[in-house]
Amino acid sequence: MAEIQIKNVAKTFGAYQALHDINLTIADQEFMVLLGASGCGKSTLLRIIAGLETATSGEVWIGGRRIDHLSPKDRGIAMVFQNYAVFPHLTVFENIGFGLRMQKLPNDEVTRRVERTASLMHIDQLLKRYSGELSGGQRQRVAVARALAMEPDVILMDEPLSNLDALLRMEMRAELKGVLAESKTTAIYVTHDQVEAMSMADRISVMHQGRIVQAASPIEVYRNPSAEFVASFIGNPPMNFLRAKPAGAGKWTVAGQLFDGPTADKPELQFAIRPEDMQPAAEGLKATAKVVEPLGAHLLVTCEIDGSLFRAVLDSDMTVRPGEVLTLAPQSNRVRWFDPETTLAVA
Amino acid sequence: MNARILPYVLILPVTLFLCVFFLYPFVLVAKQAFSTGACFTMENFREVTTYWKFPISMRNTLLLAAAVVPIQLALSLLMATMVTRMQKGRDLVLYIWTIPLGISDLAAGLIWLAIFEQSGFLNTMMNGLGVVDKPVNFLSYQHPGVVFLAIALAEIWRATAIMLVILVAGIGLIPKEYYEAAEVFGASPWKRFLRITLPMLRPSLQTALVLRVILAFEIFAVVAALGGTLFPVLMGETYAYQFDLLNSGAAAAMALIILAISIGFTLIILRVLRVPKGASI
Repeated sequence: MAEIQIKNVAKTFGAYQALHDINLTIADQEFMVLLGASGCGKSTLLRIIAGLETATSGEVWIGGRRIDHLSPKDRGIAMVFQNYAVFPHLTVFENIGFGLRMQKLPNDEVTRRVERTASLMHIDQLLKRYSGELSGGQRQRVAVARALAMEPDVILMDEPLSNLDALLRMEMRAELKGVLAESKTTAIYVTHDQVEAMSMADRISVMHQGRIVQAASPIEVYRNPSAEFVASFIGNPPMNFLRAKPAGAGKWTVAGQLFDGPTADKPELQFAIRPEDMQPAAEGLKATAKVVEPLGAHLLVTCEIDGSLFRAVLDSDMTVRPGEVLTLAPQSNRVRWFDPETTLAVA
Repeated sequence: MNARILPYVLILPVTLFLCVFFLYPFVLVAKQAFSTGACFTMENFREVTTYWKFPISMRNTLLLAAAVVPIQLALSLLMATMVTRMQKGRDLVLYIWTIPLGISDLAAGLIWLAIFEQSGFLNTMMNGLGVVDKPVNFLSYQHPGVVFLAIALAEIWRATAIMLVILVAGIGLIPKEYYEAAEVFGASPWKRFLRITLPMLRPSLQTALVLRVILAFEIFAVVAALGGTLFPVLMGETYAYQFDLLNSGAAAAMALIILAISIGFTLIILRVLRVPKGASI
């Protein structure tokens, strides 16, 4: 059992507050992704869990044991680094076996575990090579194998795929997800890539300016963003926002159209909808097409509604010309509302 | 100009300079060493190696190098590690530690002479503390151990910094992530030094050791100042052949012997500390 609990963790670097009062519980064997733009504090949080950084305040617990005062080696963790950190002066075999040698395991046990994880990561042919003779993808595999060989309770990954090219990244994404599920370890995975987060995570923690804005399953984060930041950060293209004015109980006017909405007593709300949730209809929002991008699978139309930019993903069979006025209707169960004052979702 | 020949054209001046002022004199010295008149002979080598002082000076030189270089290596590694860990004042400490580099070896020898001689600081201090009744002549034939110690101390004080500078630069080149990875995978600070710093420092260690060992075999002025004729070394003997005995053939032979030893040790160092193909940072 390796449930991770992060309790009130804060971190300051001089006058800069990198993390504000972080609380997060990660279940045993869960794959948790920390997602956010660079500088949001996700790597700092990971390094605090690893023990490479000390929290200014707060506690970290792994498997019911408080570990924030322990040195990294006593925390039951293993880590995969962004630049792999595969030791150049050691062979692939010795790299994978590094942690096991440090634990002074007997030779045959080291060999057994190195060979097992190497074949798991498909690098059993490379055991005698040095990292200078490996490609980026192979080094990545060595770094993952080195972590798995430790048979850790928790595996921490800091943007492990960000230095690979796009095709390799997609391949490794699926492979890594499979291998980690197999190994039954709890995983924390830091990335700025939302596709990686969506495709791999059991749960995503979206971070912004040193805070966790939302921690939920990928589909929940996508469908029901808890704040405007999450809505605009997740999804490519991101969610559309339009101003809504109150028009009686539970009714809101958006670009001259009347919509059912929350019964909140606010002078203004943000009406939000994903680009793919818009359909051409007889009645709806009047949108003037500005840019039309045929992307093959679908048609991305950037248009203007009520003076704001608005993106719609339409069927690729449609023909739309710039300047054309479209009538688009949102799928009503997909409409979300945000309070512009707090930027939080309004139910 | 053609990009393929341009590099060669650019290094031509320095190549010419080296040929005229280093390679040509070297050939002359070699010629001198292998001839007494017009014909080729090993006579000069036979003469210098059979001289009674040759084994002594050879032994002294090697002993000194064997005593001084390992201590300097350990010290410079320790100092470089300490400097690298410093947050503030790192440059200041480095400057202070490297001051001896700016002093000529003879001046360094004279500084230590001022400490060890009969009317020097050490005697004054020991006298003042009542350890000795009258000044002792440390640097005499009665105290060969002290003479050796004084020379070794002066050398360590004078020439550790050259290794330090090279090692500080080398340690700076090792990416921090390797240390973090080693730490996460359970390496203690000492293990990190042994398993990460030392092996990754091999190229710098090579340079530092080769430089230092060659200089150790060329030791002259510090010995001249502190030991005089009490402690003959190879370079001192070479000087004596050239300027006291006016035997330039023998001096040339001695110079070549020192060169051969230097080359031998350089090859050993390069071999022992070589980095396998594909294993560099």
